[in-house]
Amino acid sequence: MALLEVENLRTYFYTRAGIVRAVDNVSFTLEQGETMGIVGESGSGKSVTCYSLLGLIPRPPGRIVSGSALFGGVDLLSCPKEQLRRIQGKRISMIFQDPMTSLNPYMRVSDQLVEPLLVHDRMSRSQALTKAIASLEEVGIQDAANRINLYPHQFSGGMRQRVMIAMALISRPEILIADEPTTALDVTVQAQILELIRQRQKDLGTAVIFITHDLGVVASFCNRVNVMYAGRIVESAPTDEIFNRPMHPYNASLQQSIPALHKKGQALFTIPGFPPDLTVEFHGCPFASRCAHAGDICKEQDPALKQIVPGHKTSCIRFQCGEIADVRSKNFVSAV
Amino acid sequence: MIKVIVGRLLQLIPVLGIILTLTFFMSKVVPGGPFSAERQATPEVIAKLNAYYGLDRPLWEQYLTYLGNVVRFNFGPSYTYQSESVNEVIARAFPISLQIGTLAFCIALIIGVTAGVVAAANKNKLWDYFPMSLSMLGICLPTFVLGPILALVFGLVLKLAPVSGWYGLNYVPFHPMIMPAVTLGLFYAAYIARLTRGGMLDILSQDFIRTARAKGVPDHEILLKHALRGGLLPVVAFLGPAFAGLISGSFVVEKVFNVPGLGQEFIKSVFNRDYPLILGTVAFFGTLIVLFNLVSDIVQALLDPKSRK
Repeated sequence: MALLEVENLRTYFYTRAGIVRAVDNVSFTLEQGETMGIVGESGSGKSVTCYSLLGLIPRPPGRIVSGSALFGGVDLLSCPKEQLRRIQGKRISMIFQDPMTSLNPYMRVSDQLVEPLLVHDRMSRSQALTKAIASLEEVGIQDAANRINLYPHQFSGGMRQRVMIAMALISRPEILIADEPTTALDVTVQAQILELIRQRQKDLGTAVIFITHDLGVVASFCNRVNVMYAGRIVESAPTDEIFNRPMHPYNASLQQSIPALHKKGQALFTIPGFPPDLTVEFHGCPFASRCAHAGDICKEQDPALKQIVPGHKTSCIRFQCGEIADVRSKNFVSAV
Repeated sequence: MIKVIVGRLLQLIPVLGIILTLTFFMSKVVPGGPFSAERQATPEVIAKLNAYYGLDRPLWEQYLTYLGNVVRFNFGPSYTYQSESVNEVIARAFPISLQIGTLAFCIALIIGVTAGVVAAANKNKLWDYFPMSLSMLGICLPTFVLGPILALVFGLVLKLAPVSGWYGLNYVPFHPMIMPAVTLGLFYAAYIARLTRGGMLDILSQDFIRTARAKGVPDHEILLKHALRGGLLPVVAFLGPAFAGLISGSFVVEKVFNVPGLGQEFIKSVFNRDYPLILGTVAFFGTLIVLFNLVSDIVQALLDPKSRK
């Protein structure tokens, strides 16, 4: 049985400008110990998906309209608040994008680190502190016994993200949700943090949901990838298949947009147009208006994820009925 | 830290110098004098009085003499209370205002912070609207309205407290300072409640609160352990000057309850052109403001590790 089974998750925001369908019918499963990537551009609903699982959607205006998320027999989306709270930070932990604002500036690092142990394991403070110091050492912070007494502003960005990781993993969770954990960091620190997450994951056997918009990170880090667009998963496949056999034009265009594949002096590939306005209800494929392969059917029929080969699903209607085989954009001049 | 405190205390000297200079000349500009009351004395008597207090000499000479005395902590005689010096008037009236003000401060702090935290925790729900409309009422209701209402209900109807007065009242169960303190305290409580709510809501929307929720920290701990420290910062900035204002006495409340506090003396000294008493109370009030601003800065530094040096 899968560790986490999310089905038909819909999270809407009821704003003055209308209903924003931030997550629209998302389903996926997470196996024990695996690393699953969720890729997509800003506003594609990747973060909201994960916030929904942990009850972190601000309500109002947000509301989980439908769906279930089964985790060890408990539906995270409908279970009582108290039951969810005992899972948060204990069995499912989360690290966030901006380590500068995600730690409490008014509390010592020590007080924040021991909190999951005090809250969930009813450990004594001295015991928890010993464990917290050990956990800081495990994420590569030297002189942890002294530094633990500092405040977050006395740490650098990379160090703060290490503290976040130590805090998230201190209770040995079964799932770690990492919401763009390296986006706010500079490149050299990014690599260190990624390596650290990988290392800790190996040590603890934690499953990781890795949210990012960086395909390079996905390629080196994840076993399986879900590509999200306009609040839906448009393609889901093992990592090498996502890159070598793309089955959705959006995924292919994303990869074609990576500047590294281009020769110097050549115009960069861009996806024309903008993502759809999620407050407007629409029919058909949300990517159709920007897609080089779109036909009439794409605007009429609502797409659904279908498995093409075992483990590889796409929501591209024309690919599903075999009308196109190569989803890459034709206007892309191969530079390789 | 000590360096900062000493520096701030030294600032007191130029601040007081400026305050006293401005007040000195402004009070002289106001027409009339200490002896031009309705019961007119003969010109000869007034001239003699002026000569006695040195008011017939040139202004700059009066000013320098005054400053010379102030340096020796001698604020001169009161013109109104001929038997008392300014220092004695303050020493008599201040303890009364201090008692009332301190009690009012405690009432304001406890009620205000509690109401603000409750409101922030229940944003846009009944327990937000209820305390916040009460606090709006409290801000709009002047103390000269609330005071008489309290006096009417608790003094005349329930007979729990004296309606007015201070000396020689051994009224049970309420001490005469209670009703003035409640009147003042509720007004400040209303203000503190709104500040607390604003500060708390600001903190509760921060990323690190989301982190705490993701850790499974229970709601009440998020409120009291994670949010309160930061949420109280704007309140603390307000509390310093507010405390100085409270303990130096409110003229209105002291008048309503006929309490012989410093607030009354201050206003009376202006009406009486009691120049030394005006200057003395102004200097005293200025010192309190500077001191308690410093205290509130120290408390802020204790609450906010980032602002520490």
